[in-house]
Amino acid sequence: MAFALSEEREREFKQILSRYPNKMAACIPVLHLCQEANDNWVSEDVIAFVAERLELSTAHVKGVVTFYTLFNQERPGKHQVWVCRTLSCALRGSDSILSHCEKKLGVHADETTKDGRVTLRTAECLASCGTAPMMQVDRTYYENLTADEVDRILDRLLYES
Amino acid sequence: MLKQTTYLTKNYGKPDGFKLAAYEQSGGYKSAKKALGMPREAVVEEVKKAHIRGRGGAGFDCGTKWSFMPKEVKKPHYLVVNADEGEPGTFKDRTIMEQNPHALIEGAIIGCYGIGAHACYIYVRDELHLSKDRLWAAIAEAKAKGYLGKTPFGRPYEIEIYVHTGAGAYICGEETALLESLGGKRGEPRLKPPFPAQFGAFGFPSTVNNVETIASVPTVFELGGDAFSRLSDLHHFNDGGVRLFGVSGHVNKPGIFECAVGLTLRELIYDLGGGVQGDREILGVIPGGSSCPVHLPDEVVNIEHDERFAPYNGKSILDLPLGVDTFRGAGSMLGTCCAIVMSDAADPVLALHNVMRFYRHESCGQCTPCREGCGWIERILDKVVAGTASIEELDLVSEIASNITGNTICAFGDGAAQPALAFIRKYRKHFEDYILNGGKQQRTLVI
Repeated sequence: MAFALSEEREREFKQILSRYPNKMAACIPVLHLCQEANDNWVSEDVIAFVAERLELSTAHVKGVVTFYTLFNQERPGKHQVWVCRTLSCALRGSDSILSHCEKKLGVHADETTKDGRVTLRTAECLASCGTAPMMQVDRTYYENLTADEVDRILDRLLYES
Repeated sequence: MLKQTTYLTKNYGKPDGFKLAAYEQSGGYKSAKKALGMPREAVVEEVKKAHIRGRGGAGFDCGTKWSFMPKEVKKPHYLVVNADEGEPGTFKDRTIMEQNPHALIEGAIIGCYGIGAHACYIYVRDELHLSKDRLWAAIAEAKAKGYLGKTPFGRPYEIEIYVHTGAGAYICGEETALLESLGGKRGEPRLKPPFPAQFGAFGFPSTVNNVETIASVPTVFELGGDAFSRLSDLHHFNDGGVRLFGVSGHVNKPGIFECAVGLTLRELIYDLGGGVQGDREILGVIPGGSSCPVHLPDEVVNIEHDERFAPYNGKSILDLPLGVDTFRGAGSMLGTCCAIVMSDAADPVLALHNVMRFYRHESCGQCTPCREGCGWIERILDKVVAGTASIEELDLVSEIASNITGNTICAFGDGAAQPALAFIRKYRKHFEDYILNGGKQQRTLVI
């Protein structure tokens, strides 16, 4: 089934276009809009949709999708957990936060739990160095993490209705 | 010298401190009103007098950059704010966007006027969702008050500000990659020339400035450019004003602190940062983000050919005032001015391994020495950490890194090579220990 935007998202799409002097410049914000409307991933249908609406080649759109880390080319879990692993966080214990997450979720980084609820990923510097270690869950930053805090956060993701 | 100030951070942490009411209560938007009543050239002159060195890492003078824009506006001009904060160790721009977004909006209004632009794009990395939300809210507040739109402050000079989102790529913090990304493409840096002032956003004349650089502009018009510059201890180095200093890693009080330019690493680490955790000794300090060389605490400043360095010669690098030219003169780099502190509990081999994995991940891939070199360096360091590398392979890392420098389209290559060269040169013994003994004695980054 071809990808389409809801009426509300179509309005957002027009809003986005109005900010730029040409259609190509809207590519990344539009991809974000479509990814959000598509269970948080960019399928071939989404690529075709964006290419057609912005008058770009599918090759161009696919080139953009494959370049940026935050465009998912496979369907992720309901929630994405990104644990920052770069130096300042590593100095404050991010390695053990990551292992703790792996143990609790029963997956390695870049894998999704069997129930499809959580995808665990590592992130490079998330600009939270003064409040390390930390992780990003969907749109929210959780900083100054302890193992207990991680448990509380992951329990919520795993067991919320 | 330690001189804490509150020009940018006055409302940090206060409830609703990020909203328009709080900003106007502390005198906000008076500067934009004043600037929009001045001739465009006078605005640029005032910013030149302030000697704001670019706060994104390169330290290029802001006013000088603004003066590169065409005097006659024949094509649309654009102001582009680089809010793609991603340099490891750096977390200062985020505080401005979250806790004082109006400083950035007001600075962008003045900036647009100064460079002949009617539109500004704030390119924010996607992960900083709160920053984006706060910026959009601040733009709406400013618009409702008549500070943005077709006639800001009643002047017939249209100004619009938009938040643009990235999609997870450190390289988009490089100005030409950012411009490509803003244009809807892969974030692949371009050769310079042409420079953004000739060929920038969407191919039009543009100026790219860091968040903190632009957010500092309202203060320049509040105090006057020269007065702003003279707040700094390094005014005679044309490095003016106040800035945000960061410290993270093995310190008791990591955080962001606003001070006059001229603060030293010793003051940053011990007076502001609460000292090293566990009262330990410093293994090394990286002054401003991972692309800067690491420094041993006992390194001594020795710059012969420049009179201005006379007061600092013979002193520890920890006592050299943090400035763009002071650190460049000492063979280092100020970068983002956010220091990373490693205590002697940390293993420098693991630290370099951590950092090189970052560079390999973030290389855009255009240039062979960087794309292949970063991958190769990471794989050799994997072997070093596993205890299976040879001394020849250790020397190969330095050779590969040296071959990246100067052979790439952009400075990312230099940023990747710098830590590899500095860590191996300064902690050679640690690396050799890993190779000879499998690194059995010290294998941790945490205290």
